[in-house]
Amino acid sequence: MDHEHLIQLQGLTKTYGKGSASFQALKGIDLSVERGEFVAVMGPSGSGKSTLMNILGCLDVPSGGRYQYESIAVNELSTNQRSLLRRHALGFIFQGFNLLARTSALENVELPLLYRGMSRRERHDMAISALESVGLGDKLRNTPAEMSGGQQQRVAIARAIVTHPTTLFADEPTGNLDSTTTVEIMELLTRLNRDRGITVLMVTHEDEVAEYAKRVVRFRDGHIESDVLNEPVLS
Amino acid sequence: MIWNAFHIALREIRRNLTRAFLTVLGIIIGVSAVVTMVTLGDGATESVKNQISALGSNLLVLRPGAGFGPRSRNAPAFTLDDAWAVRDQIPGIAAVAPIRSSNFNTIYLQNARSTQVTGSTDAYFYVNKWTIAEGRMFTQQEYDAGAPVGVIGETVQEELFGPGINPIGQKIRVGNSTIQVIGLLKGKGQVGMGDQDDTIIVPLPTIQMRLLGRNSAHDINVISISAEDGTNSDLLTYQINALMRQRRNLHANQPNNFHVFDTRQIADTLSASTKTMTMLLAAVAGVSLLVGGIGIMNIMLVSVTERTREIGIRLAIGATAHEVLLQFLVEAVTLSCIGGLVGIGLALGLCTVLADLIQVPYAFNSQINLIAFAFSAGIGVLFGFAPARRAAQLDPIEALRHE
Repeated sequence: MDHEHLIQLQGLTKTYGKGSASFQALKGIDLSVERGEFVAVMGPSGSGKSTLMNILGCLDVPSGGRYQYESIAVNELSTNQRSLLRRHALGFIFQGFNLLARTSALENVELPLLYRGMSRRERHDMAISALESVGLGDKLRNTPAEMSGGQQQRVAIARAIVTHPTTLFADEPTGNLDSTTTVEIMELLTRLNRDRGITVLMVTHEDEVAEYAKRVVRFRDGHIESDVLNEPVLS
Repeated sequence: MIWNAFHIALREIRRNLTRAFLTVLGIIIGVSAVVTMVTLGDGATESVKNQISALGSNLLVLRPGAGFGPRSRNAPAFTLDDAWAVRDQIPGIAAVAPIRSSNFNTIYLQNARSTQVTGSTDAYFYVNKWTIAEGRMFTQQEYDAGAPVGVIGETVQEELFGPGINPIGQKIRVGNSTIQVIGLLKGKGQVGMGDQDDTIIVPLPTIQMRLLGRNSAHDINVISISAEDGTNSDLLTYQINALMRQRRNLHANQPNNFHVFDTRQIADTLSASTKTMTMLLAAVAGVSLLVGGIGIMNIMLVSVTERTREIGIRLAIGATAHEVLLQFLVEAVTLSCIGGLVGIGLALGLCTVLADLIQVPYAFNSQINLIAFAFSAGIGVLFGFAPARRAAQLDPIEALRHE
């Protein structure tokens, strides 16, 4: 198998339910993603894009086919091994931010580091530098309730990148934000992709948001409908 | 990894202190109730034993009459020979003290009060466990001569002389005679059956010949008997009964007109019943500890539902199911251990205050504290496991979607 690709899918399928009530969400997906790409995954609801993202993010398992991340055959991993892969290589941001309530920005960002068994000092320093890189160096002690949506999403991004992941999965990252904040967040993601070489896979249904990506993959009825490279965005 | 889970659990507890407090309230109350009950129960048992053993060493008391109270009024008193017969004819007896006691008005300067005056031999000090704090006890010469000398108890010293006056060598008026104080007894304190220290001990001939009138002067009220260590009280009581029946010419169909009061038996009976009582109370308190454990499980289960999204987040950022299980388990155990510690602290305070209030000796019982603590930790594991497993089995995608 070719080891050049970061992500390689071959005939990936996902079926929910059993028998006549079963529903095939993914009908044999072949897809490769290279290191350093910024891919937007688009499509109407029910097209299978979220299912694909969950499988790529190791949160769900495929029913059939092959999923290779770097040199790892993910479809053969145990639940526990998939947790460890998430911990060490993947970062997540969500539409609803998913920060811990009543917990400071700093502690939220420290959370993934806790599971890596790092020292207090190390955790602290890494979390602060991650928050500074998203422009929240002055909000370390604020809890989610004390921050705007854009700020909360930036905390979530800091939490996702604090572990220096190879791949960042973003599920509708601007879905809950107004247009000004959307631009801020997308520019931040673009910068992380460009400057740090983090591979970004993003689900969105907004064309303006998808324009920030270098490549757009469109889904329909469990198939890839189109897979095109964007014109380079001048910024 | 345990340490890490502990760290995460502590953060969670700190994040919601009110919830944590309410969760462990049951454990706190349960542990403090159990520890307090057992500690105070032990104290009560100890107190009963102390009171009885303060009366005398392996003490048996022979009194006229079939029991306490009016029934003893018309029974004939003992004689000095009765006492010596017990001492000489029954094996296993360490000492015998014949006692003649009566209440007298005592006066020193302007202070007057009524006090029990006890006439006996020097064996009385041994049998009834009196020690001399100051001065001396009476000599054989003083005893033989019926000298007007006496040893006073702490209460008499306090009430009659007051502070600052050394009673040794002072003369006090007792009834119609004058007695010189030659010694002061070491106090026994207030014992259940009255103030033991309100007493004056004089030689037996002194009370018989000087203080009392001629009438029935040679009667003996009480014979105090000290058994040797390890003797069988039942056998001893039986032997004393047989001897006294014979000496008092009682026919087989006549009931005893005297009785033997065995303090060791009383002590055993009393401490056995206080122990039973303690166990009963501790069991009731133990039920509240169990209820506290169920409280923890309840809150933890609610907490798992309430924190489903949080668990989803943790799983998404790379926590393994095992770590989530450990986190919730450690959280439950930490909570219940904190509850146990707070409960023990509370019990410490409660015991100190209550022991003082109900007048029992307070002794820190490390065993029950350890048991109560181990029990509360065990409750954490037992009742924390089900919620923890439920949390660990959550599907990360479902959990993240949870509102």
